[in-house]
Amino acid sequence: MATTVSTKSVDLSTIFPDAVIADERKGYTGWLVEKDNLIEIATYVREELDYDLLSSVTGVDYLPEEKMEVVYQVYKTTGGPGLFFKVQIPREDPMEIPSVINIWPGADLQEREIWDLYGIKFPGHPDLRRILTWEGFEGHPMRKDWQEPFYEEETKPFKSRWPKGEHIHAEEINPYHDNLKFPPKFNPENWTPTDPEEALYTSLKKFTTKNEDGLEAEQIIVNMGPQHPSTHGVFRAVVVLDGEKVVSLKPVMGYLHRNHEKIGERNTYLHNMPYTDRLDYFNSMANNWAYALAVEKLMGIEVTERSEYIRVIMSELTRIQNHLVWVGIFLNDLGAVVTPLLYAFEERELILDIFEEVSGARMMCNYYRFGGVVRDMPVRAFEKLKQLVYDRLPGKIEEFERLLSENEILLSRVKGIGYLSAKDAIATSMTGPMLRASGVPYDIRRAEPYGIYDRFDFDVVTRPECDLYARYHVRIEEMHQSLRILEQAVSTIPEGPILPKKPVYQVRVPAGEAYGRIESPKGELGFYVISNGKPNPWRYHVRAPSFINITALEKMCVGEKIADFVAILGAIDIVLGELDR
Amino acid sequence: MSENDFTLPGYDIPEEMKNTINITSLDRLYNWGRRSSVWPLMFGLACCAIEMIAASTARYDLARFGMEIMRPSPRQSDLMLVAGTVTKKMVPMIVRLYNQMPEPKYVIAMGACASGGGPFKEGYNVVAGIDKFLPVDVYVPGCPPTPQALLYGLIKLQEKIDKQSLKHVRWYRKGPDSVEIPVPLLGPDLIDLRRTEEIKKIAARKVE
Ligand code: SF4
Repeated sequence: MATTVSTKSVDLSTIFPDAVIADERKGYTGWLVEKDNLIEIATYVREELDYDLLSSVTGVDYLPEEKMEVVYQVYKTTGGPGLFFKVQIPREDPMEIPSVINIWPGADLQEREIWDLYGIKFPGHPDLRRILTWEGFEGHPMRKDWQEPFYEEETKPFKSRWPKGEHIHAEEINPYHDNLKFPPKFNPENWTPTDPEEALYTSLKKFTTKNEDGLEAEQIIVNMGPQHPSTHGVFRAVVVLDGEKVVSLKPVMGYLHRNHEKIGERNTYLHNMPYTDRLDYFNSMANNWAYALAVEKLMGIEVTERSEYIRVIMSELTRIQNHLVWVGIFLNDLGAVVTPLLYAFEERELILDIFEEVSGARMMCNYYRFGGVVRDMPVRAFEKLKQLVYDRLPGKIEEFERLLSENEILLSRVKGIGYLSAKDAIATSMTGPMLRASGVPYDIRRAEPYGIYDRFDFDVVTRPECDLYARYHVRIEEMHQSLRILEQAVSTIPEGPILPKKPVYQVRVPAGEAYGRIESPKGELGFYVISNGKPNPWRYHVRAPSFINITALEKMCVGEKIADFVAILGAIDIVLGELDR
Repeated sequence: MSENDFTLPGYDIPEEMKNTINITSLDRLYNWGRRSSVWPLMFGLACCAIEMIAASTARYDLARFGMEIMRPSPRQSDLMLVAGTVTKKMVPMIVRLYNQMPEPKYVIAMGACASGGGPFKEGYNVVAGIDKFLPVDVYVPGCPPTPQALLYGLIKLQEKIDKQSLKHVRWYRKGPDSVEIPVPLLGPDLIDLRRTEEIKKIAARKVE
């Protein structure tokens, strides 16, 4: 496995000698770009060098150096390593960096997130509002000098808990005896609430239609969520309707914003592993892997041979389980209430049994460690696994297909609905089954193989239709491909050690940056980790597929019926833990 | 519930009539009806909600308890299963939903997050337990609690219902039958309207 991402293949600094220098901080790669030339360089990277997929944009606060940095990671959908470039600005308000939204529309939600969490403005962004917190929230929480109400110390382990283990309730430290923090002299009685929704509603597209009689048709604004049976949790969408047709739509999120990244930067490296479980809670095995990959890159350690196989097995099982449940819930959204879901959960339980046997937990597995996995697969679990892979699952997936794929009602609800062209899908940074259902054969297991995926035979599933039908079929077919991988892995898994060395609680991570990404069942899941040599990550960022795949929601829904919105949203396969983090 | 424990102790029913006659109290009958059809609000916040769904599927089969009918509308539900992390941004909605539920209503805090903040307690957007706002009847620990644990919590709730009496329940007495909880506001931080005095005082003190 490559220890660092090679980005030197393109030498930006010779093309733009005045505006670009190589990032030569120890352990870093990529390019430092002048803010004023960003648009010019980004356009060049997009148009001339063909880096069409903006994978992730994120902020980093270098408080000691008095600098803020925004990191852009771009890839080619034809495969190969990525290109990282960064813009640094002095750390004093107002911080501004031009928006790249016109070059890569996929930057939309990500730039809003950076504004919300770091307070960096992006002139040129049409709708720069808070996204995870609410309008009126005090401060920008990811800044290193912003302290949460239950702040104890910069990093863990906190002295109050370790080594003596005298636990202090966080409530005792806070003056409000609660998770609260108000500006000094704040008085709720003469505080005039700023309407947190106002900016949202003004951002919606308005319309008036006059028919021949001069009658004016009124627009209807419908709020779906955050408590809605088909938004898969606490997602909310505000929809403007003309009759039944969707005219404009804005996603609203943050209702499950659990401050993953802030907590992650206080935690030690190993502490974060169980937290990653709770991102996309259907796929803890996949999340673990992406995080382990990033830290392993930083540490420069190899994964043991047997663990590599176990990792593949677990993450492919996870993919099957995820897609099964997706089919069940999707059908649920379309009106086939509960029955398909019951079928899906029956198989899911059997897969969870294996997870429980190897890791001790059904859902929150916390199974991977840096360099391997935490313990070996018991013989009984392996027997169960073989039975599932060879005997049970192939037939069950076929059964699903037999029951559903030709179903008249299903077909009329999915064919031609939620169209998203390949060009738009790439532009809005879609990844995973969503992108492949638009006909783009982009799968990180092939485009930039991680682990031992280069040893397995499997097809990257694509469909040309670009609609819900394609998204359904891509997932069904991917389950078959996962089974193919599983069969190969199960039959060739070697014996051997699970971890390269004795496990330790506190890993040593050299300074530097690393981006570990995998093909999670929902798309590209990446962890961007910066170490400054201390026991805690300086920056811990999650590139969440659910979050970024929402970017194209409006595009897919406009012009469709409101009932189809439910199906289109369902087809993206969002999980709120990951969407809001 | 079999007919045997339906009949109150101390009544001697002739053998041949055991299957047709039960002598019991109104309380018992009333509670039996309620405990056997607790309809939860269809409402999932985070990871725990997935285990809640798992509990209602074939292997764990919540339907055995008459609880499989999840209602998407608070007006038709008896039980709020708070399954997941309660965030500051979401809690106004949760309180509003609770206020919209008719009495009798119960709250189960499922998982570490809903019980006390859980692994994310230190987060700036997290409410350290739903009991900061709503009265909780049963806490189910775990992260996430297994479906078995949730079932156990639900059985505990049934036991609680069994012990209630028509004479004392809030919703049959004079006065408003349910207590409205003021919906918190989102200001610079979450403002609990029951605590405005206190907040004002502490915020002023912090300056000195
Ligand atoms: S208790 Fe654990 S599983 Fe449940 S919502 Fe909280 S983090 Fe998720």
